[in-house]
Amino acid sequence: MSYIEFLTSYGPQLLEGSVTTAKQTILAATLAVMIALVAGLMRLSKNRFVYGTATVYIEIFRGTSLLVQLYWIFFVLPLFGLTLEKFTAGFIAVGMNLGAYGAELVRGGILSVPRGQWEAATALSMPPGKRMRRIIFPQAFLNMLPPWGNLLIELLKGTALVALISVADLMFMARKINGTTYLSAQVFGSALIIYYLMSRGLVTPYMRWLERVMARKLGKIK
Amino acid sequence: MFDWRWEFVSDILPRLVKATGNTLLASVLGYGIAAVLGLVFALTQRTRFALVNRAVREFVEFIRSTPLVLQIFFVFYVAPQFGVMFSPWTAGMIAIGLHYASYLSEVYRAGIESVPRGQWEAATSLSLGPRRTYSRIILPQAIPTAFAGMGNYLVGILKDTPMLSVIGVAELMHTANAIGSEHYRFLEPYTLVGLIFLIISLPTAGGLRRAEVKIRKKMGLRSI
Repeated sequence: MSYIEFLTSYGPQLLEGSVTTAKQTILAATLAVMIALVAGLMRLSKNRFVYGTATVYIEIFRGTSLLVQLYWIFFVLPLFGLTLEKFTAGFIAVGMNLGAYGAELVRGGILSVPRGQWEAATALSMPPGKRMRRIIFPQAFLNMLPPWGNLLIELLKGTALVALISVADLMFMARKINGTTYLSAQVFGSALIIYYLMSRGLVTPYMRWLERVMARKLGKIK
Repeated sequence: MFDWRWEFVSDILPRLVKATGNTLLASVLGYGIAAVLGLVFALTQRTRFALVNRAVREFVEFIRSTPLVLQIFFVFYVAPQFGVMFSPWTAGMIAIGLHYASYLSEVYRAGIESVPRGQWEAATSLSLGPRRTYSRIILPQAIPTAFAGMGNYLVGILKDTPMLSVIGVAELMHTANAIGSEHYRFLEPYTLVGLIFLIISLPTAGGLRRAEVKIRKKMGLRSI
């Protein structure tokens, strides 16, 4: 079977899987950003309970494997009365894992804003909430965008594991086609290329664009 | 609610501890391959031949942008099509070694680039060959800078070894899956696997941080 024939017969299935991978990535990324913001800010808190909760969360999710977390959420959580559908369990596990890594980026980004900016906002008698929202966070956001680009690629790659709880993503489809055809080089090769195009062709350019837009908004021409 | 059974825990713990040995072995072997191959990738991006540099660069980018679990499948299933049969262990070590080699090559590259130009010039003026320049002058200074990144990926590789279970390497995750399906109980095996990972990775990460401070001090560098 030539590669062209292979693509015409199995391309649609791979494409279908890619759409699921894209959905998982977007949902997991949204969750990861939200968790990172909350846990990152909590890590800056002076309240020991708030700081401690975030630290425990981050250490647990960064100290164990994504695959372990995924299986735990999918197979063990139901025993605690919380049953998640596999699609939901998939992006929640990926999002919670990468959110823990993101929290440290948020913390680092906020700490990287010069002291003078905090002092100036205080001098203008801004309340802490407004100071964070209008002065500190926008600058921190710009600083943390480049590492977030790498993190989102890790996240996209992480979604490949949801195939192991039978979410029909690109990885799952590739395994399925391999199981029936044994055209391993073609099918796994194509899947690798699709993942590569998604990360270098979609995630990286999007992050570059976001960096340019944010830099312009903050009056820092790049 | 749930019922946590301690007698079940004590039944399965020996099997899990034994599998932990395999997990550690896989991490160390994989890291060893990655550390050497990563250096090859880093140095072959600095040759006089632009085409070679470019090709290695693209290869590294490709590996870094695609999922490890897919690469494990690729190595395991595609090699037989070319008449080479790999055992799960061999295929797994090749895949994980290549994957982390491309990460480590970036760490090495950053380390090498952090060595001041003057050091290269001094080595040239002492008419040291490229081999001695690297082994005696550049790499010893590049390592302290690279150490933090190298440590992160050591812990990273440990946490990625569960992916080897998909091709049947009998590490922790694989054993936990087997126990789970034998006894129809997943609470204890998966929770224990999580705890074992925490017990290994947290002290390792802490120890590496302390070692980094020590190395930087020894090399007379500012600690960060």
